[in-house]
Amino acid sequence: MKLIDYSVCQLSELLKSRKISSRELTEAYLEQIEKREGEVGAFITLCANEARKKADQIDKMRASGEKLTPLAGIPMGLKDNICTKNLKTTCASKFLEDFVPPYDATVTEKLSDSILLGKLNMDEFAMGSTTETSALKKTCNPRNINYVPGGSSGGSAAAVAAQEAAFTLGTDTGGSIRQPAAFCGVVGMKPTYGSVSRYGAVAFASSFDQIGPITRNVRDSAAVLSAIAGQDPRDSTSVNKDYSDIGAQIGKEIKGMRIGLLREFFEKGAAEEIRTSVLSAAKKLESLGAEIVDLSMPSLDYALPTYYVISASEASSNLAKFDGIGFGTRAKQYEDIYDLYCRSRSEGFGAEVKRRIMLGTFALSAGYYDAYYKKALCVRALIINEFKTVFEKCDVILSPTTPTTAYKIGEKCADPIAMYMGDIYTIPVNIAGLPAISIPCGCSASGLPIATQLIGKAFAESTLYRVAAALEDELGDYDTILMKAGIKA
Amino acid sequence: MSTAYEMVIGLEVHVELKTKTKIFCSCSTEFGAEPNTQCCPICLGYPGTLPVLNAKVVDYAIKAGLATNCTIAKFSKQDRKNYFYPDLPKAYQISQYDLPLCIGGWLDIETKNGKKRIRITRIHIEEDAGKLIHRQEGDISETLFDANRCGVSLIEIVSEPDLRSAEEVVAYLKKLRSTLLYTGVSDCKMNEGSMRCDVNLSVRKVGEEAFGTRTEMKNLNSFQFIARAIEYEFRRQVEELESGGKIVQETRRFDEVSGKTFSMRTKEDADDYRYFPDPDLCPIIISDEKIAALRAEIPMLPEERKERYIKSYGLTPYDAEMITAELKFADFFEKTAEKTKYPKLVANMLISEIFSYQLEEDEPIKIGAEHLASIAEMLGSGRINSNTAKKLLSEIWETGADPHKLVKERNLEQISDRDVLLAYVRKAIADNPKSIADYFNGKTSALKAIVGKVMAATGGKANPIIVNELIDIEIKELR
Repeated sequence: MKLIDYSVCQLSELLKSRKISSRELTEAYLEQIEKREGEVGAFITLCANEARKKADQIDKMRASGEKLTPLAGIPMGLKDNICTKNLKTTCASKFLEDFVPPYDATVTEKLSDSILLGKLNMDEFAMGSTTETSALKKTCNPRNINYVPGGSSGGSAAAVAAQEAAFTLGTDTGGSIRQPAAFCGVVGMKPTYGSVSRYGAVAFASSFDQIGPITRNVRDSAAVLSAIAGQDPRDSTSVNKDYSDIGAQIGKEIKGMRIGLLREFFEKGAAEEIRTSVLSAAKKLESLGAEIVDLSMPSLDYALPTYYVISASEASSNLAKFDGIGFGTRAKQYEDIYDLYCRSRSEGFGAEVKRRIMLGTFALSAGYYDAYYKKALCVRALIINEFKTVFEKCDVILSPTTPTTAYKIGEKCADPIAMYMGDIYTIPVNIAGLPAISIPCGCSASGLPIATQLIGKAFAESTLYRVAAALEDELGDYDTILMKAGIKA
Repeated sequence: MSTAYEMVIGLEVHVELKTKTKIFCSCSTEFGAEPNTQCCPICLGYPGTLPVLNAKVVDYAIKAGLATNCTIAKFSKQDRKNYFYPDLPKAYQISQYDLPLCIGGWLDIETKNGKKRIRITRIHIEEDAGKLIHRQEGDISETLFDANRCGVSLIEIVSEPDLRSAEEVVAYLKKLRSTLLYTGVSDCKMNEGSMRCDVNLSVRKVGEEAFGTRTEMKNLNSFQFIARAIEYEFRRQVEELESGGKIVQETRRFDEVSGKTFSMRTKEDADDYRYFPDPDLCPIIISDEKIAALRAEIPMLPEERKERYIKSYGLTPYDAEMITAELKFADFFEKTAEKTKYPKLVANMLISEIFSYQLEEDEPIKIGAEHLASIAEMLGSGRINSNTAKKLLSEIWETGADPHKLVKERNLEQISDRDVLLAYVRKAIADNPKSIADYFNGKTSALKAIVGKVMAATGGKANPIIVNELIDIEIKELR
């Protein structure tokens, strides 16, 4: 077995027992990057030398018996909207191409023992579902390079799928971790809103954004989330709780657990092969002793518009600071201060970002506020309440992660609405701030990954991981799924 | 013409809270630091950073609310006010929109026309913006940015349009200032910008109910300028209406040199700040216990002291209001009043003499309470006259000398001996036949000249009451 084939949990043990060094592990990953990066294009910034230096440092610390975190010495990557001190953080935008933060995000600090290989591509400011809105880089799906990796954390998912990193972090505002994880055949976790500090993650829509791990399997996911979760005095929306039991229930049987299937999630939208695959995953859970409960949540029909109104409203304000004065590249020519703003922003932002800024500005404007923003807040409250009711009747909700498998590159660029529709299963979760995990559950006829999403109650990550691990133990990871299907990876 | 009109004024007063650190980060708020030395990624709005509310800001704002008779909201939230301007790095200001921390208070003011209650609409917390410094060097004009003020904690106190004159405005501001000073939540230093005032002014014909179109004058930072700006703007609006014109809703700048106001921007109506709740911050929930604890920390306020001065020292409401306006004068008055049987004389000297020195906000009172009390004592007992008291005060202010010693050394004691004074009076009458003739021709004030002569002849030491009596008697005999 090659070094890069080990899971995060295995690597943690191997490093701890000093059977392998972080330096050799890092070299193995750099070699893999050398091999795959040309066609995958996951990284915006690579920092090979810094990674080597850091690996040596960790090895030295370990040799001298210093106390290290479980993820110490493990090579990883961060989505390029997560701030890294003295290392460019571009948000995949031309506007921030040269932005070097003078501080680390809280999650960056928490992973300071791990080896940062580089910063990963994404949709510009995390707005998009294919990573094609990146102004700086094209990323392809490592499972089939004619397809998109999904988005917005496309680089993060592609890097894990291509084994260019042992794990990565992404951010999820409306599905941006789970959808690319689904498209790339890896595991993506969106934690409960408030469980991971948002400090240092460049905000898209503050009341939805959460940082989470993308990994090759469920156990790794729990290990990484355990490392990054926790209340942070720098983020007022982070919640004070005991996060130490996140992976504690993995391996427990799921007998008697109630798995909810929401009618609305299966009646329309999903491609047939996805429906079949996800329902068969439900059957697997039933065979493990879980109880399948059919449920309904009528407000789900309003989730998409609710999300787009609120998230765009917040984004229009969050992105206003990129004005060419303090942040963002300033236009070369301008008449006066307002012209400077207009030109800098017109030149700096891509089309999708502009679309959402305009949408949000409109929704918050006098005369429209009540009809859009305020109404959307009401619907949000409704959705949160309906989730509460549903969770009285089940422990976990099971759904598809996406209605289709990965799109062909360029396929959805011209049709934003169609692209927005791709998030119908992931968006309600962000609206309610719930945790949800996407794991591979099948493959399409053409060999593209299919994934199922498990949604939990707020702060019930341990339950979610318990069910997800049980299902993964049955199905295997995506390579196993392919093998079982008789398709060669 | 202008008597037919009245002005209607509402104020928005921004007060910097005395917190050691800024509202959302731990940067220092000390005044006068080198530009851009008190800022960090958070107050500079760096991408990814988040605000965390300084708990002291809420405490201070609640105290300000309690001191101004407001109701404290159990649930309030913070909102973003979105607009582009180079002094605002995030391109939004975190403020409070529809659910402010304090609502519905009032302050009572005292002017020459008596007591009046000015209602306070609300008090909310917000962050300050940075400072832009425009500079012209040769052909190049540039704008520099100082971020030290970014994120400094403010409260905005919004009054109802209850004010009707510059005098009332100044009285209200002084009352507000003294109340906040006493409460200890702000320095209220207008010269350092820790208290700034926006004046919303409209005019209407006396007796009309409806408000006229208002203009806003921003960031006025001295009582004197505020009064001048109001007087000018009132005349301007009345003249505009009288000449058939219309008032445009706009922001106007007061020019301190010319004493005039100038239009800054007229698109006030077009401004749309797109307020919405800041998703980075949680609602502010305040318990009854918290409010009670903060209320207990508020010391005796000017209004209470004023009542006490009226009762215990026999001051008039107006005098008591004047003295309690500033904590340092109130404290000084109390200290002095305790040492003499003549507190009213102390109040008179404070108001008519010391106030006329127009001390700066942080300038000390350069006479000891002991000394002023001695002067009051001598004045009250008739040992010196008021003329001498005035002179003593101004001399001691400069030299710090002992008043008793001065009176003794210079022989400044009042001459109350009727026989001595009668000689002076007779001489003055004999020397000034014209004044006497004027008096008999009906010009009663002509006798003042005689008093003046007696005072001059006695080196200002004559007892004016006795001099007046004697003159009356002598004149009657002349008749």
